[in-house]
Amino acid sequence: MRHFMGSVNLRQILMPIGQMAIFVTGAGLLCSAVMLVLALLFRGSGADQVLQATQGVGILTYTLNSLPQVLIDGVTIGFVYAAIALGYTMVYGVLQFINFAHSEIFAIGAFCGVESLIALNGLGVLAKASAMGSFLYLGLALVIGMAASGGMAVLVERVAYRPLRSSPTLIALISAIGVSFALQDIIRLVESMTSGQFYRVIPTFGNFDERITLFRIGSKIIDIQVKSVVVILAAVVMLVALNYLVGSTKVGKAIRAVSQDKNTAALMGINVNAMISLTFLVGGSLGGAAGVLYALKFTRIDPFVGFMPGIKAFAAAVLGGIGNLTGALLGGMVLGMIESFAGAYLGTYTMGSFGAEYKDMVAFLILILVIVFRPNGLLGEQVSQKA
Amino acid sequence: MRKPLSLFAPTLATLVLLLAAGCDKENKTIKIATQSPLSGAMSVIGSDIKSGTQLAIDQLGGPLTKMGYKVELAPFDDQGNPDTGVANAKNIVSDPAVLGVVGHYNSGVRIPSSEEYHAANLCNVSPANTNPKVTERGYAEINRVCGRDDVQGAVGAQFAKSKGIKTAYVLHDKTAYGQGIAEYFKKEAETQGMKVVGFAGTEEKANFDAILSPIIAAKPECIYFGGMFDQAAVLYKQARQKGFKGMCLSDDGFDSPDAAKIAGDALMQGAGTYFSTVSGPASVYPDAAKFVTDFKAKFNNNPQPFAAQSYDCTAILLKAIENAITANGGKLPARADVGKAVRALQNFKGVTGTYTFNAKGDPTTGKYFVIQVTSPDPASWATNKIDQTLSIAPPK
Repeated sequence: MRHFMGSVNLRQILMPIGQMAIFVTGAGLLCSAVMLVLALLFRGSGADQVLQATQGVGILTYTLNSLPQVLIDGVTIGFVYAAIALGYTMVYGVLQFINFAHSEIFAIGAFCGVESLIALNGLGVLAKASAMGSFLYLGLALVIGMAASGGMAVLVERVAYRPLRSSPTLIALISAIGVSFALQDIIRLVESMTSGQFYRVIPTFGNFDERITLFRIGSKIIDIQVKSVVVILAAVVMLVALNYLVGSTKVGKAIRAVSQDKNTAALMGINVNAMISLTFLVGGSLGGAAGVLYALKFTRIDPFVGFMPGIKAFAAAVLGGIGNLTGALLGGMVLGMIESFAGAYLGTYTMGSFGAEYKDMVAFLILILVIVFRPNGLLGEQVSQKA
Repeated sequence: MRKPLSLFAPTLATLVLLLAAGCDKENKTIKIATQSPLSGAMSVIGSDIKSGTQLAIDQLGGPLTKMGYKVELAPFDDQGNPDTGVANAKNIVSDPAVLGVVGHYNSGVRIPSSEEYHAANLCNVSPANTNPKVTERGYAEINRVCGRDDVQGAVGAQFAKSKGIKTAYVLHDKTAYGQGIAEYFKKEAETQGMKVVGFAGTEEKANFDAILSPIIAAKPECIYFGGMFDQAAVLYKQARQKGFKGMCLSDDGFDSPDAAKIAGDALMQGAGTYFSTVSGPASVYPDAAKFVTDFKAKFNNNPQPFAAQSYDCTAILLKAIENAITANGGKLPARADVGKAVRALQNFKGVTGTYTFNAKGDPTTGKYFVIQVTSPDPASWATNKIDQTLSIAPPK
């Protein structure tokens, strides 16, 4: 018998990176193409004239000018959604139920990461940290956030889901919603008892706020913030590691076996409970890491911070095909991209009658369309109903 | 069918009897209720609306105590949420001991809640609600000590003009307050010959990327935000990170040290950050010095914006109740009489100004300030620089 755990399977690492590259460029190109067609169609329209009058550029130039920035924003938020969506999709794959408490698991990760950075800042080490050091401290915050979230996810499973495992999934779903509310208020309680604050702001340190110039078009500089790069890279590393864990290790095989058939897996000597706990640990810690990255990117968190990203990541998981890891990645990317495009262009193209506030509506309308034509999501397969 | 009814009738009878007994007894307690966000994002300000009221009751309840009444505070948490505010209002009006309400912080909460006060003739004086609709309904018991957004929005636009701003992008938070003031800003800006290059509403609280893309593309000299600091501060920070160099301008919803905590240095960058407000820092009111000292002594904290105004609202209510009791021959007055007594006050001297209410419930002159944020440190919020001070009468 050969053990694959020792030797690294290169294909399992390169394949997901390839997939990600294809999804990012695919979603980006598709959205850009749609946008350019729209821009051409809108030439001479009222929106075009308004732009000519106020900013002195036509709608095509306007669209092209902001396109790179919109793409970068879309990719960044897309990776955040993907990292959260993995938690939903893994639990669904194994237990066939939606863990609605995952958005609060995400928030716990964000809070623990930010609190540890605030503590480090209080000690004065962050201000003195070198560029390398600041990355190490961020890594430390990520690890703390992951540990807290992973631990909390395992605890929630043990307390609120395992006793209900033999009851219909609807019951567990209600339990999940209850846990979600309870965790929100626990965060609020702990914060008000310790720091007395509602908002926590991630300290400014290192060079994360600086901008790197990617390339120039004429006089226009296309740049990206260091923290966006950090968010994307960290998400890529996590996604590859997860893919490797599930796809080519012995525990991964056990998790897959449990997701296919718990009873048979148990007969084969797999500890089903341990594998389910592990699923929650991995999914939860990915959510926690996403929380810390989210806090780094958007700087401020509050106890209800998990709700919107959670609901969107859930939508992303459904869009990609829930239960499918690659699908969660694709769904996150597509949703992030659509949101970014809709937010940036909706107001201009409708001459202000539909502003950026309708971006979620557009994103979710497209979600509905996809679900109508592909009920199992973009990459979903027909899941056979188990008796 | 018969059984539940037969049970119901005696229960009802007992209830009616109990209620009647409760009303019969001469009640010697007067309650002043507060409604403000005591939990959640805006609790920093909301708690001090409660504290300001508490201080006023402690210091100014003397005349009523001498008349044999006990004055108590009944604080309610409206969570900055219209539903909660209305539910609280129903509770408040059902307690006959409550003779006045101080609050709210958010116009969007007060407009529906005050319908309940109006239906019960319960007098309500607000330290902070600036939306015109609050008093435009002409209710006899709904008053405020602060200015109005139709004036405040215009003050913001005139200020921008005076600083040489020619183009502005206007955002709001889609609440009655934020959207209202943003529209007044836009109207005045256009009257003043400025170009409003965009007007949009958003409920986003964290990720302003998509909203900022068209703003950065439009290159406005000023971003005006109508709404609360918890959105505005994040928006300004992310706008600076995206390279926005112009002026950040907002309204009295921005007046919270938490804004500095969230946005920090970003408020100092570019052409700076300004906000209009109807409540100056306590230091601009010559009579408020004692209030600040007493407040610090009692609550161990500097008073937040609107704390001194809440103190005055309570003082006005207490004085009106006292007058109404005297007019009623020492007996507890009807709620409607308290409302009438508030309107009857002439040149009532509070710590933040001298108040007379017009027929709508607006003070006959409103004070407006434009303040520049001068320090990224939340602890120095009270020392922000006052750029303009204006006294303007409410529109007829």
